[in-house]
Amino acid sequence: MSIVTVQLGQCGNQIGFEVFDALFIDSHCPQRLSSKRENEAYQASCKERFFSEEENGVPIARAVLVDMEPKVINQTLSKAAQSGRWKYGQHSSFCQKQGSGNNWAYGYSVHGPRHEESIRNLIQKEVEKCDSLSGFFIIMSMAGGTGSGLGAFVTQNLQDQYSNSLKMNQIIWPYGTGEVIVQNYNSVLTLSHLYRSSDALLVHENDAVHKICAKLMNIKQISFSDINQVLAHQLGSVFQPTYSAEGSFHYRRNPLGIDWQIRPPLPGLPNLSKMSLNKELHFNTSIANLLILRGKDVHSADLEGFKDPALYTSWLEPVNAFNVWRTQRAFSKYEKSAALVSNSQFLVKPLDMIVGKAWNMFASKAYVHQYTKFGIEEEDFLDSFALLEQVVASYCTL
Amino acid sequence: MVTVRRSALAQPCDGKLFPEPGEVLSYGSDLRQRRDLRSPRPLGELRLCARGIQRRRGFISALSGQRCSMTQSVIVQVGQCGNQIGCCFWDLALREHAAVNQKGIYDEAISSFFRNVDTRVVGDGGSISKGKICSLKARAVLIDMEEGVVNEILQGPLRDVFDSKQLITDISGSGNNWAVGHKVFGSRYQEEILEKLRKSAEHCDCLQCFFVIHSMGGGTGSGLGTYLLKVLEDEFPEVYRFVTSVYPSGEDDVITSPYNSILAMKELNEHADCVLPIDNQSLFDIISKIDLVVNSGKLGTTIKPKSLVTSSAGTFKKWQEKPFDAMNNIVANLLLSLTSSARFEGSLNMDLNEISMNLVPFPQLHYLVSSLTPLYTLADVNVPPRRLDQMFSDAFSKDHQLIRADPKHSLYLACALMVRGNVQISDLRRNIERLKPSLQFVSWNQEGWKTSLCSVPPVGHSHSLLALANNTCVKPTFVELRERFLRLYKKKAHLHHYLQIEGMEESCFTEAESSLSALIREYNQLDATKSMPVEDLPRLSVAV
Repeated sequence: MSIVTVQLGQCGNQIGFEVFDALFIDSHCPQRLSSKRENEAYQASCKERFFSEEENGVPIARAVLVDMEPKVINQTLSKAAQSGRWKYGQHSSFCQKQGSGNNWAYGYSVHGPRHEESIRNLIQKEVEKCDSLSGFFIIMSMAGGTGSGLGAFVTQNLQDQYSNSLKMNQIIWPYGTGEVIVQNYNSVLTLSHLYRSSDALLVHENDAVHKICAKLMNIKQISFSDINQVLAHQLGSVFQPTYSAEGSFHYRRNPLGIDWQIRPPLPGLPNLSKMSLNKELHFNTSIANLLILRGKDVHSADLEGFKDPALYTSWLEPVNAFNVWRTQRAFSKYEKSAALVSNSQFLVKPLDMIVGKAWNMFASKAYVHQYTKFGIEEEDFLDSFALLEQVVASYCTL
Repeated sequence: MVTVRRSALAQPCDGKLFPEPGEVLSYGSDLRQRRDLRSPRPLGELRLCARGIQRRRGFISALSGQRCSMTQSVIVQVGQCGNQIGCCFWDLALREHAAVNQKGIYDEAISSFFRNVDTRVVGDGGSISKGKICSLKARAVLIDMEEGVVNEILQGPLRDVFDSKQLITDISGSGNNWAVGHKVFGSRYQEEILEKLRKSAEHCDCLQCFFVIHSMGGGTGSGLGTYLLKVLEDEFPEVYRFVTSVYPSGEDDVITSPYNSILAMKELNEHADCVLPIDNQSLFDIISKIDLVVNSGKLGTTIKPKSLVTSSAGTFKKWQEKPFDAMNNIVANLLLSLTSSARFEGSLNMDLNEISMNLVPFPQLHYLVSSLTPLYTLADVNVPPRRLDQMFSDAFSKDHQLIRADPKHSLYLACALMVRGNVQISDLRRNIERLKPSLQFVSWNQEGWKTSLCSVPPVGHSHSLLALANNTCVKPTFVELRERFLRLYKKKAHLHHYLQIEGMEESCFTEAESSLSALIREYNQLDATKSMPVEDLPRLSVAV
């Protein structure tokens, strides 16, 4: 089953390139620990998910590149072509000249409708190349104008057109201290819209990844390239083929088949006391955790710690909330690796902060004229705030 | 559920996806309702001009998967000061592109400021969109009501860069009288100005911005330059208007400069998207400082011969004879750096439309204080991190601002850092963290930073930084201006020179003064919030 990736804006395209590169390099990484047959099955599965075949043997990424100004797409296309390993489709990109000016309203209300058809056609062409479509992986940032605004619009479109396919958005959470001054407005608008049309939001915070580069990898002068590579590495270890539950010889067919369903408590259960944000928590309470193990000794790993009820909300049994996928084929050059995908309270504080800052700015009406100019009114802001406050509250009561 | 109100959008008529060039679109009245200080115009009509063609082209190239090209900007240089600065700008732009573009191919970066023209073709045609550079023509319109400066340019080394059809000149000059520049020459040359601007726009694939360069204290730059702004707004409403204005210093020798400046300010308030105020005294001080460092023989400090601080005409040492050359070079540098992230690649791009979006929180507060560092390069190219950090520190010191202002002791509404060269995100973040505690930001924008990283440094430097601040430190300039104006106006000195021009009345002056006073009041109100504690406002409470 295949995944169609949509890369939006500068961030989306820069990361998208690194992701495909990481996936390709991993799948062609020489493996000493797995059998030849295992390795070939892995490669084939990876290929089917992310690449389509080309005549002269260079795989083409199953991706659509969208940006409202040309520089980044041009760069991304040439980087891929120059690598000689894989490339993007010749007609898979859509760009304009003027950019979105960091304006969510411009990305959503102007670029969205204006280019709806063209982008839809590009995505459809990519979908038609797939034997069976598993879903969409949409890479975007929240802080800018194209990834955020146009990204929200495109996701909504995909929801309408492909309501049976999974849509997962990879969102880049901006640095706390500004990359863009109106990033909080853009983030609030993006999240509230995605909540209505996306199936899953996979979040990476720039601050967190930056810390990884600084503290764990000891990189002295960290560039966005470094950050994107770490990100791609994490994503690769999640999305590469994993064994399905049935047996060790078949790779899971649906790569995005993570059970994201949240089952809230049924009415009639005892009222749970609210947990305040300030409470001393050793772990963020989780609703669902997925652990992906790759490499040596995956079957003998001790995972009891993940089943501790203290990690999970009181209305869930750990057995329902915790899943583990084990694959013997190692990831890249790592003998053993583990990736954890978690639906928990870890984002409550950052989300709360963004909503708080955006609210403060909104109260003074600063920059609002830039949004109303393009059809996003104050009520739209208020709707978005209300929705996100609810999300924060819901997570807090876990 | 958010419904986007269709009437508020740029919906083409009749459901056609792409309007014809010149076609009129109607907008809902919601649009532009926030632009309070704009002069009232019928909200509803918009002419697309050259943009209509571009949109269709963009669509076609998307379908066939061709590479798209970038946006272009047009420089409009008005008056003696404007043209002198403009001349420096074109010289530097050519040198920058020559250094970056070794193969002589006409690429998108060059196309933002230059056309590629086949000189063998007679007439106005002959534009070549790609391939080898044949002859570069500046996307510029040169306007002056005296011939001296423009003639000098046309006889100098840049003569081939300008098209004779891009000029508008007269011989009599404006006599340092805003009214002559604005009312007399404005109406006399209106048609010609429109025609030249339209031509320059037609030569652009996708015109994004007009850069107007002028001074405030004289007659032509001040009067005709601001007349132009209204024309640009009416004729090209979707194209940004960035104005570089040279404000008169205290010891200005033009007696009527306060009148001219205040009358021009009203126009800037109402018709400019963004204003970069500059004053000559600050430029002079900066040049003096550089000279001090160079001549003190400090270890290894030399000006690199090709650096952008010098003009191609001579070395820096000659600056005492021609201080304006070096001063104008700084302003030219400012404009180049402003557009560098739009022209060249980088890991975090910043287009011109992002400048307005991020730095203008309210339409009337669009005055940005700028600073450029480093202004000279030390002999060694591999600069260790400590020197890099010094570059950031300098950007906030009052000695590096291009106008008399002290941003560190005033209130920031927003700040943009545009970095060029071999600087990474971690360097940028480290310095923001380091400098933040010593800066005061307005309560609703505590993290008001906009950043960009462009990989291409200016010629002769390994990295550089342009800081743009929307800061209340610009207020003293305006307050001084108003005081100088009132001193003159109270005595009605020289007023008759203005009032005798048709269309000028005393109300022009009083309106201009109240426009400026309103602006100063805005800044005062913001300053009053400086010492107040930052409180979080009560949030929306929701039921879970």
